[in-house]
Amino acid sequence: MAVPIPRGAAPSPGGSTNRAGLAVVAVVPFIAALAFLYWGFFFLRDLQADRVLVVVLAIIWGVGGMVLLFTTANFFVEQLPITWTQRLTPIIFVGPAVAMLIWALAIPTIRTFILSLYDSAGLKFVGLTNYVAVLQDPAILSVLRNNLLWIVFGTSFTVGAGLLIAVFADRSSYESAAKAFIFMPMAISFVGAGVIWNFVYAAKPVDAPQIGLLNAIWVSLFHGQPQAWTASFPPWNNFFLIVIVIWLQTGYSMVLFSAAIKGIPSELLEAARVDGANEVRIFLSIMIPTIMGTIITVTTTVIIFTLKIFDVVWVMTGGNYDTSVIATEFYRQFFTYNNNGYGATIAVILMIAVIPVMVYNLRQFAKREVF
Amino acid sequence: MPTQRRSKFMSSLLVNGLLAVICLAWTIPTFGLFVSSFRDRIDINSTGWWTIFPHREQVEIAQLRPEAGTDLSGPMTLGGVTATFEQFQAGIKNPQGQLLTWVGNRRIGYVAVQEVRWTANTTFSLENYKQVLASNNYTAKLKDGTTETQQGDDMAGAFLNSLAVTIPSTVIPIALAAFAAYGFAWMKFPGRKMLFALVVALLVVPLQIALVPILQDFVTLHVNGSFLAVWLAHTAFGLPLATYLLYNYISELPNDILESAFIDGASHFTIFTRLILPLSVPALASFAIFQFLWVWNDYLIALVFLGSKPGFQLITVRLAEIVGSRGQQWHLLTAGAFLTMVLPLVVFFSLQRFFVRGLLAGSVKG
Repeated sequence: MAVPIPRGAAPSPGGSTNRAGLAVVAVVPFIAALAFLYWGFFFLRDLQADRVLVVVLAIIWGVGGMVLLFTTANFFVEQLPITWTQRLTPIIFVGPAVAMLIWALAIPTIRTFILSLYDSAGLKFVGLTNYVAVLQDPAILSVLRNNLLWIVFGTSFTVGAGLLIAVFADRSSYESAAKAFIFMPMAISFVGAGVIWNFVYAAKPVDAPQIGLLNAIWVSLFHGQPQAWTASFPPWNNFFLIVIVIWLQTGYSMVLFSAAIKGIPSELLEAARVDGANEVRIFLSIMIPTIMGTIITVTTTVIIFTLKIFDVVWVMTGGNYDTSVIATEFYRQFFTYNNNGYGATIAVILMIAVIPVMVYNLRQFAKREVF
Repeated sequence: MPTQRRSKFMSSLLVNGLLAVICLAWTIPTFGLFVSSFRDRIDINSTGWWTIFPHREQVEIAQLRPEAGTDLSGPMTLGGVTATFEQFQAGIKNPQGQLLTWVGNRRIGYVAVQEVRWTANTTFSLENYKQVLASNNYTAKLKDGTTETQQGDDMAGAFLNSLAVTIPSTVIPIALAAFAAYGFAWMKFPGRKMLFALVVALLVVPLQIALVPILQDFVTLHVNGSFLAVWLAHTAFGLPLATYLLYNYISELPNDILESAFIDGASHFTIFTRLILPLSVPALASFAIFQFLWVWNDYLIALVFLGSKPGFQLITVRLAEIVGSRGQQWHLLTAGAFLTMVLPLVVFFSLQRFFVRGLLAGSVKG
C-alpha cells in the first residue's frame, strides 16, 4: 500500500517536525494515566481503611480510569499528522472492545480446546482420550440426560406459559399489573430464587407441622408423607429444579410474545372473527403462524440459557441426588477434582452445542445490507 | 343477542380469573419468603408462614392441675372428664368440645385445655435482618423473652462489595461497547466487517469455555481475587451483547446530524461524546439495567474470580454460603435472600420500561 503524503505535513517541513514534537509531548498524558492507574491498583489492593471508603475509591478508580484512558489516548491521536489521526482513531474506538473480546472469549475458546486434549494435570498430550472417556462415563451420561430434561421441559414450559399468559394478559382488564407480577422474578438472582424455592420445598418430620408450602399442601390435602422433593425420586427431582427456572424465565418469553401479539394487524383478527372463527381457531391458525419468528427467537434464547444452567442446581442440590448438569459437572471437574482435561472437554461439548445457533446468527448477519 | 353477550362476559370472566390464579401462584413463593423474613425464629421453624392470616386453630385457654392428694395412677376428673393419665396424655375431648391434653410427666405435668378459635400469628420484628447484616456477634431478642447470640452474616459488607463490583462492571462495558459501536457504525477501516462478525459470533459463546484460561491469566498477572478481576470478566462477557445492541441503535441514528457536525470540523471524539452519547441514552439505559441485574445476580463469575475470600464475598456468594452452612436456619435465609433482592427489585420496577425495550431489542446472552 502506497503511503499517502500526510496532509498536515504539506505546508512546510518545519510544521511537520513541530507536529512530531507535539505528538511526543502528547503521549505523556496517556502514559501518565496508565502509570497512575497501575499504581492505583496496588494502592487500593493493599489499602487498609474503612470498607465504604475503599469501595468508593475502587469505583472511582475503575470508572474514572477508563474515562481517563480514552480521553488521553484520543488527545494523543488528535495531535498526530492527520493521516495518522484517521488511521488510529478507529483503533481507539474499536480497539479496546475488540482486544477484550479476543483476549477473554476468542482465544480462551481455543485454549480450552487445547486443554481438553491434555491429561488432568494439563501436562501430557492425550489426544481425544478425554472425549472418549466423557462419552462413556455413566455419570456424564446421566448429566447429559438431565440437561436434555432441562432443555425439553424447561424450554417448552417457559415458551408455552409465556405465550399463554401473553394472550390472556392481552384480553384481561389489568394487563400491565399482571405482566409485572409474572415479570418480577426476572429481577431475582438464581441464588435468591434457590432460597425462595428451598423454602417452598422445606420438609419437617412427620409429626411436626410443615413449614414448606408444598409439603403442607401434600400432607394436609393429599395425606402424603412429607418429602424432600429435590433429594428423592431421581430423575423426577430434576423437575422440582426445572420449575424454578420456568418461574424465573416465563416473564422474558411473555414480554416478547406480548409485543409480537400487539404487532398482529387487527384487521386480520377482525376478518377471521367475521368469518366465524372461534378464539381457539384464531390463536392456532392466525396468531401462531404470524408470530412464528418470535417463537423461534425466544425458543433458541431459552434453550441456550437452559443449556448453561448452573446456579440453581449448585445452590439447591450441589449437583447431588442425580441432578448434575453440564455446567455444574464442569465446575466440579475443574475446581473440586482439579481434573482440567475432563473439565475442558465438558466445556467444549457445551460450546459445540451452541455452534448451530452461532452459525445461524452469522448467516443472518451476512444478509444485512449495511455492511 | 343476549346469549352472545353473555358468552362474551363469561369468557372475559374466565380469562381474568385464570390470569389472576396464575399471577397469585407466581407471587406466592416470593411473598412467603418476604413475610417469613420478619417472623420470629421460633415461629418460622414451628408454623407455616400462612398462619399469619386468620385461621382456626387449637388455642390453649387454660391449664388444669389435679388437686393435691389425687391418686395419679387411677382415673381422675378434670375439666368435666373422668379419665386415666394415659387417656389424658393421648388427648381427650370434653362435652364442650374442648381438647384436654396432659403436658409433661405424670407428677409435675398439667392438663392443657385447648379450644378451636380464630387466631393469627402476627409477631413481626426486624431481628432477622439485624442478625444477617451484622458483621460481629449479634444478640437477638426472641419472642419468648430469651436472647440468642450468634455470629452475624456480614450481609452489609457483602452488599457493599456487590456495589463495588456491579457499578464498574456496568459502566465499563457500556463505555467500551459504545465507543466500539460508534466505530463500527460510522468509521471506515479495514477488517470492519470481519471484526463485527466476531462480535456476532461471540454473542452465544458459553462463558464456561473462557473461565479457566482467564483465571490462569489473572493468576499470572496477580489480579485474581481482586475487584478488578471481576470487573474485567464481566466486561468481557457483557461486551458482545452490549456492542451488538448499541450498534443496532447508533447505526440507525440519522445520517445528516453527523454529516453537518463533520462539516463543522468536529472530530470523531467530539461527535461521539457531545452528540452520539446523549442521543443514545435510551439504548444505554436499557443495556445498563440488563447488565446491572446480570452482574448483581451473578454467582458463577463471583465464585470463580473472587471466591469465598473473607471480606470480599459478594452478596450472592454470601447467601449461597449461608445456604450451605445454615441451611435450616430459615430466619437467616429468608432475611438474607430478601436483602439480595431489594436493590434489583427497586431498579427493575422503577426502570421496567427501559428493561423491556432492551429485551425486545434482541437478547442472546453468553
